[in-house]
Amino acid sequence: MQSTRKIRVLIAKPGLDSHDRGAKVVARALRDAGMEVIYTGLRQTPEQIVETALQEDVDVIGLSILSGAHKALFPRIMELLKQKGLTDVMVFAGGIIPEEDIPELKKLDIKEIFGPGTPTETIIQFVLENIPKRT
Amino acid sequence: MTKIEEIAKGVLAGDRRSIARAITIIENNTAEAQKLISLIYPHTGKAHIIGLTGPGGSGKSTLIEKIVREYRRRGKTVGVVAVDPTSPFTGGAFLGDRIRMQELSTDEGVFIRSMATRNYLGGIAKATKDAVKILDAAGKDIVIVETVGAGQSEVEIIKVAQTIVVIHAPGLGDEIQAIKAGLMEIADIFVINKADRENADKAVMDIQSILQLNNKEKTWKTPILKTIALTGEGVPQLIEKLEEHRQFLKKEIEHKKSLLRAEAELIEAIKEKAATSIIEELRKEGKFEELLHQILEKEIDPASAAEKLLRGKFKKAVSNA
Repeated sequence: MQSTRKIRVLIAKPGLDSHDRGAKVVARALRDAGMEVIYTGLRQTPEQIVETALQEDVDVIGLSILSGAHKALFPRIMELLKQKGLTDVMVFAGGIIPEEDIPELKKLDIKEIFGPGTPTETIIQFVLENIPKRT
Repeated sequence: MTKIEEIAKGVLAGDRRSIARAITIIENNTAEAQKLISLIYPHTGKAHIIGLTGPGGSGKSTLIEKIVREYRRRGKTVGVVAVDPTSPFTGGAFLGDRIRMQELSTDEGVFIRSMATRNYLGGIAKATKDAVKILDAAGKDIVIVETVGAGQSEVEIIKVAQTIVVIHAPGLGDEIQAIKAGLMEIADIFVINKADRENADKAVMDIQSILQLNNKEKTWKTPILKTIALTGEGVPQLIEKLEEHRQFLKKEIEHKKSLLRAEAELIEAIKEKAATSIIEELRKEGKFEELLHQILEKEIDPASAAEKLLRGKFKKAVSNA
């Protein structure tokens, strides 16, 4: 039997952002790198994001946020992931996130945070190198 | 318990994490996939499996969101498998059907899974079929499969679903394409979405005139419904038709079963009548008595005696016995 393991990625936008250009660029780059990218659209609650990650059984979640609410929304998402047992999902983030907030967010188990201007190649490389192993 | 047995058990209990993992296993088509299907297979066959297909931009995802809500209002649980194409060049896929179904994500009675067509051996049909089986075994009352109506996949949907809904919208400009693609033949229900647009009635008429030809010899006449997915208008009527088609299928199966039962009864009756008249006929010959004595004397066994009596008379009957 031919096995066709694919990397599945959820690109999600928590909170009240009004546009999703960056998220779509990243989604498209990951798709072109051969991944299956699930995109949920704007204005998602942490509950919706985590439930979607669960149903879609993704390996990776990319969170995009521009509104400045990351310090409220990211901890909630990470907490829900733990609650639902999705501890083997790798989470990275991007958007408008001040430098000084990054250490705190990384403590939540968010693997990496990409600011504006990051080449998509960097993100693809990062995802490929950090796919969680599944038992 | 092995990992697969545990996942199968979880699926049967309706555990969402297990359902998600199970679909991944069948998608990746590992050796475990077959084992998994064999474990859940006995628990399938209860769900009404609905296929929904149509061209891009006709409003499939939006309509599905409204269909799911209506079923939920009626107390049914629903599974959705949304299929989108894999790029033949990169192998990647952009799965965006959930954008229109955001609020359904957190409903415990709904499970949505996006699937890419990948490059499955034997077509998309097998993988989606297995995903449907998992949702069926997990106890979903309704399972909806959404495919894009372009290329081969929309005709393959008849291998997966019991009721096929073909959706179209006025102004897409490819009514004739739809006919060419064979969509007309597979539709159990036709939906003209975006019915508030001008030309909606013309689209209905166009399709009606073609369906009339198709419907001639069919026992199920494909209805054409109008919906406005954005507002949900026409959706309750669509659910009624879906339910009607399900009852129709049930009746058809019942009819087939009744035919089989009647056949068995008829064969039984023929056997009885034939045997009686044949025996009567044979008794009239002297040979019958003679052979009886020979059997008593153990000169011949009953089967050979019967063969002797019937030889020449019912050649076929003897050689078949």
